[in-house]
Amino acid sequence: MEKSVVFKGKLLPYLLLAPQLAITLIFFYWPASQAIRQSFLQEDAFGLNSEFVGLENYQALFAQPEYYTAIGTTVVFSSLVTVLSLGVALLFATQADKNLKGGAVYKTLMVWPYAVAPAVAGVLWFFIFHPTLGTLARPLRVMGVDWNPMLNGTHAMILVVMAAVWKQVAYNFLFFLAGLQAIPKSVIEAGAIDGAGPLRRFWTIIFPLLSPTTFFLLVVNIVYVFFETFGIIDAVTSGGPAGSTTTMVYKVFADGRLGGDLGGSAAQSVVLMVIVIALTAIQFRYVERKVQY
Amino acid sequence: MVEHRPLRDLVAYVVLALGIVIFAFPVYVAFIASTYDAATVVSGNLPLTPGHNLLQNYYRAVFVGGSRFMNQPVGVLLANSFVTAIGIAVGKIFISILSAFAIVYFRFPFRKTAFWIIFITLMLPVEVRIYPTYKIVADLRLLDTYAGLILPLIASATGTLLFRQFFMTVPDELLEASRIDGAGPLRFFWDTLLPLSMTTVAALFVIQFIYGWNQYLWPLLITTKDSMQTIVIGIKKMLSTTDELAEWQLAMATAVLAMLPPVAVVVFMQRLFVKGLVETEK
Repeated sequence: MEKSVVFKGKLLPYLLLAPQLAITLIFFYWPASQAIRQSFLQEDAFGLNSEFVGLENYQALFAQPEYYTAIGTTVVFSSLVTVLSLGVALLFATQADKNLKGGAVYKTLMVWPYAVAPAVAGVLWFFIFHPTLGTLARPLRVMGVDWNPMLNGTHAMILVVMAAVWKQVAYNFLFFLAGLQAIPKSVIEAGAIDGAGPLRRFWTIIFPLLSPTTFFLLVVNIVYVFFETFGIIDAVTSGGPAGSTTTMVYKVFADGRLGGDLGGSAAQSVVLMVIVIALTAIQFRYVERKVQY
Repeated sequence: MVEHRPLRDLVAYVVLALGIVIFAFPVYVAFIASTYDAATVVSGNLPLTPGHNLLQNYYRAVFVGGSRFMNQPVGVLLANSFVTAIGIAVGKIFISILSAFAIVYFRFPFRKTAFWIIFITLMLPVEVRIYPTYKIVADLRLLDTYAGLILPLIASATGTLLFRQFFMTVPDELLEASRIDGAGPLRFFWDTLLPLSMTTVAALFVIQFIYGWNQYLWPLLITTKDSMQTIVIGIKKMLSTTDELAEWQLAMATAVLAMLPPVAVVVFMQRLFVKGLVETEK
């Protein structure tokens, strides 16, 4: 798609592009290239000198048992959050799609958690499940669960998953509802005339027609879990206890800052870049949202 | 509707109502906690109805800043959050509407190159290049400044793609007409294109305001002075102490204050919000 009528101008288009290009080059390309460069360097303890060490940072990274733990944690965390938030959102969206009275009000009441900052969402959930102060920790105790997310890694994981799902359902709900409303009623009526009940219609007609939306959301959710949940993890568990909620992104942060291992942190950044680029490529390849240029 | 069964509608109402209650519960508890004194909150026996310390707690949080671990009143942090969020939204709209205008309405060498340079930024969120970005901001002496909080976060393609998409739907006749009237490109942009783009501008503003307001990792890294911190960071700072010393009632009041502006934006500008959300993902 191109405009057939355009302006002539030699200097003006460059001037118009200049602010964005300048900011992109300074704050995007330069740091990204530095991350790649740094991943091949090793700094001394004072950060004064650095020497080229080839793939040593990567070798050291993949020799670390903690890195595999972080990968495992990331896989568990992102699958749980993605599956749960998509499932819950689909349940609510199918109910909200039923031409109920006050549909707009429901939508508003479902959508607002999207606006809550991840770190704040984390603090809220931390508070209600706090082992000694939490409103919901007490009933758990009474039921005989020795609830303590500050000491028990599984409990910590459950807590960050809940906070992350709570925030993400709103987004998925909006897209599922839009997807459901775009399905022509005639197709569903045809199914009904053929004698298919509501459940059967859902699985054989509605769900397949929703699959582009679902696939799109799948990719968006994985990217969300990878990056935006940083605030939740930092606020709730700081990666603990004993690294049980340290995801790959959290480890980049923790190793670079607290550990001071900039080379290793940069190598991890590069691994993450590759993963994100692959995810984005999949998204563009399979979800027909190609940019025409 | 294919068939109308009252029972099915009832199930739908119940499921949605339950969902809404569960969704609101954490926020409700936070609000309740912000209306009691410290002793009640720490006792672990928080009632489910509001207490009497509401005004006192919010007043102390906003104007005095009680916690020993966060020596700034929340009012200052709120102001920082507003400046950052509005700066990010306005900055992004400004640079991206100009670049989209150049890319759609001009033909010039390296046009596609410029587009791709901008487009690729979609792929790498700030988190994966966090330390090198920090270093540049430090070298430019922008730590603890609003520019440092804002500029690195507006380096992204979403706005440019959104405006490009909208400009493509603007009929060519409008451009021809303003040319016949003798208007140059800037005149056309200002008098014709910009007024037509206002809905898109507003939708992008809503999305970017929420994005900017909710930033966490970046402000955490580059602000060292308490007086430059945003409210989202402030809550975490208030709680980074042993549980017995943390002033939960103030932290929860701060959490409520931190949620209000972005949630209000979503609730009161829902149409723009949905439009922005759906279109920036294309």
